[in-house]
Amino acid sequence: MAQPKKPKLAVWKFSSCDGCQLSLLDCEMELLAISEAVDIAYFLEATRRVKKGPYDISLVEGSITTAHDAERIKEVRRLSGTLITIGACATAGGIQALRNFKDVKGFIDRVYAHPEFIDTLSTSTAIADHVPVDFELRGCPINKAQLLELINATLNGRKPNVPRHAECVECKTQGTTCVVVAKGEPCLGPVVQAGCGNLCPQHGRGCYGCFGPMESPNTAALAARFAALGLDRRDIERQFRSYNANAPAFREESEAHDQPSRS
Amino acid sequence: MTSRVIKVDALARVEGEGSLRVRIKDGHVQQLEFGIFEPPRFFEAFLVGRDFREVPDITARICGICPVAYEMGSIQAMEQALGITVPKPIRDLRRLVYCGEWIESHALHVYLLHAPDFLGLPDALELAKADKALVQRALRLKKIGNDILDVIGGRAVHPVNLKVGGFYRLPKRAELKALTEDLKWAVEESLATVRLVGGFEFPALEQDYHFVALRHPDEYAIHEGRVVSNRGLDIPVPHFLDHFDEEHVKHSNALHGVMKNGQGPYKVGPLARYAINHDRLSPIAREAAAAAGLGPVVRNPFQSIVVRAVELVQACVDALALIDGYEAPDAPAVPVEPRAAVGHGCTEAPRGICYHRYEIADDGAVVSARIMPPTAQNQKIIESDLLKVVEANLALSDQALQWRCEQAIRNYDPCISCATHFLKLTVERD
Repeated sequence: MAQPKKPKLAVWKFSSCDGCQLSLLDCEMELLAISEAVDIAYFLEATRRVKKGPYDISLVEGSITTAHDAERIKEVRRLSGTLITIGACATAGGIQALRNFKDVKGFIDRVYAHPEFIDTLSTSTAIADHVPVDFELRGCPINKAQLLELINATLNGRKPNVPRHAECVECKTQGTTCVVVAKGEPCLGPVVQAGCGNLCPQHGRGCYGCFGPMESPNTAALAARFAALGLDRRDIERQFRSYNANAPAFREESEAHDQPSRS
Repeated sequence: MTSRVIKVDALARVEGEGSLRVRIKDGHVQQLEFGIFEPPRFFEAFLVGRDFREVPDITARICGICPVAYEMGSIQAMEQALGITVPKPIRDLRRLVYCGEWIESHALHVYLLHAPDFLGLPDALELAKADKALVQRALRLKKIGNDILDVIGGRAVHPVNLKVGGFYRLPKRAELKALTEDLKWAVEESLATVRLVGGFEFPALEQDYHFVALRHPDEYAIHEGRVVSNRGLDIPVPHFLDHFDEEHVKHSNALHGVMKNGQGPYKVGPLARYAINHDRLSPIAREAAAAAGLGPVVRNPFQSIVVRAVELVQACVDALALIDGYEAPDAPAVPVEPRAAVGHGCTEAPRGICYHRYEIADDGAVVSARIMPPTAQNQKIIESDLLKVVEANLALSDQALQWRCEQAIRNYDPCISCATHFLKLTVERD
């Protein structure tokens, strides 16, 4: 009897550091099992063999920063059954979305001797700003366990078990000392989605927001607490303006503390 | 008149997006461009105005494969600017976490990205069908590197525990000791790796390279040293920009590294480190290299896979010794206070030296930033290798020539995401 056909998996890259795709290769103990469960049809970081679409599952890393990529993502969407974005670049524009708050021409002039050679958009935006996305996996980088859960759930046609609550919950369930209370250090844990395993507080430092805003973030209250801890406007702006700076909740909060024309 | 056109839209098993364009007419290469179309991300620009303490976490995001290199380079630059020296245990922990990055990155490249070329396979998953135990060995080696990153850095990609002045939290001695048995296994298996890849067939190509690497008085330099070349350069890191520059060319979003004073292209990475620091290898790594047929200088870029395997041995041996000799410092970090200053940092990323320079204001805000990643520095040399490879292999079919070119590019483990940040190969034979 013929084996049921394995689902075809594609991994796509847009503007990014490659760290989230690498997280798939970092599933060292599970990688060979994954390759037996799915047909890895397109994954340039791992193989030069390219199979034609359509693809049952597409994992998309990176943000949209060029006119060419804004067209390419539409083609990826057209070729994909389930389209899943992986990481802060794909779900919120990434660290390179800091350009969205500044004059990009000034950026190009600062880095490149011949700005006329450079093709770039003035913004870095999430994949969902361009095409419909079936699931967004957060993180800078994504968490390997969440990636495996997501692949497993997708292959079995169920909803992935990925919490939307705050990182604070992780600290409380694990009994990690609160760095805000104990050390008076700013921490984004109350407004950031759980998923990293509350890494920073475990290392005695405040969360700096790799997983982006949780489902109902009260950023204004947290900003007020930061001010009470002695942070000035610029510090508060920086807190919300990093790896998920273009996620709407963080964008609005950082703009509320923006200092005019400092750049 | 003979003319050929070969076109590849996507070079695989490299990090990032690039392209190669070759035009051949009457058996001569008319044009050859190793292009990088990875969109620019403007790190140097948006670092301006950030607090100096935020910089290592931000620069980590330049590269998911070698984040420690980008964290360490910026940390050292900030410490130099602020006049801080860290105590030996902190410096040793830094070398240890960097060994972790070398192990995961070299194991990834040797087995999963480069070896398939020598075996005529598209990828390591096909290799696993032929020899599952071999790929399992590769993945376990890689995992051991990542375990070091987890224990000291908090996580493998974009570690959270490194900072200007030291670490946020010190690893427990027991956590470090727990890595020992795995590392002993890793030393043996990386020696087996040298024997395996040393037996591959290497396409003929010898180049008289100008090698540049860090050199340290008594270590195989990873995170500290002077900038030294095989043609007499020997300078401290802060003098880097007196001797090295970058050019912006039309076919690439990455700047091309060149040496000043008309000295032109230079090569960084495993072959450069090996040539300059052969006498600093541990005896076991040096003997493994000799047994694999390597002399003290390797000029065939296709043998870089063997040198990477030798460095894998070195990193495992070093990591073991560092864990064995680890004495916890009094505090995880030394205090840091901002002042207006300029600082420089340079470390050996797995792909070669990575230079950082920052100017900070008295309130700690970054005034200017400059970063020269290894792949950007190697671009001209990659083009020069490719020219030789194409000219020597015109008899190959288009398909075989394309694959050979890809293999030559992968000799560099190019991290295009770093360099700006993939490969599209177009060969036109008119």
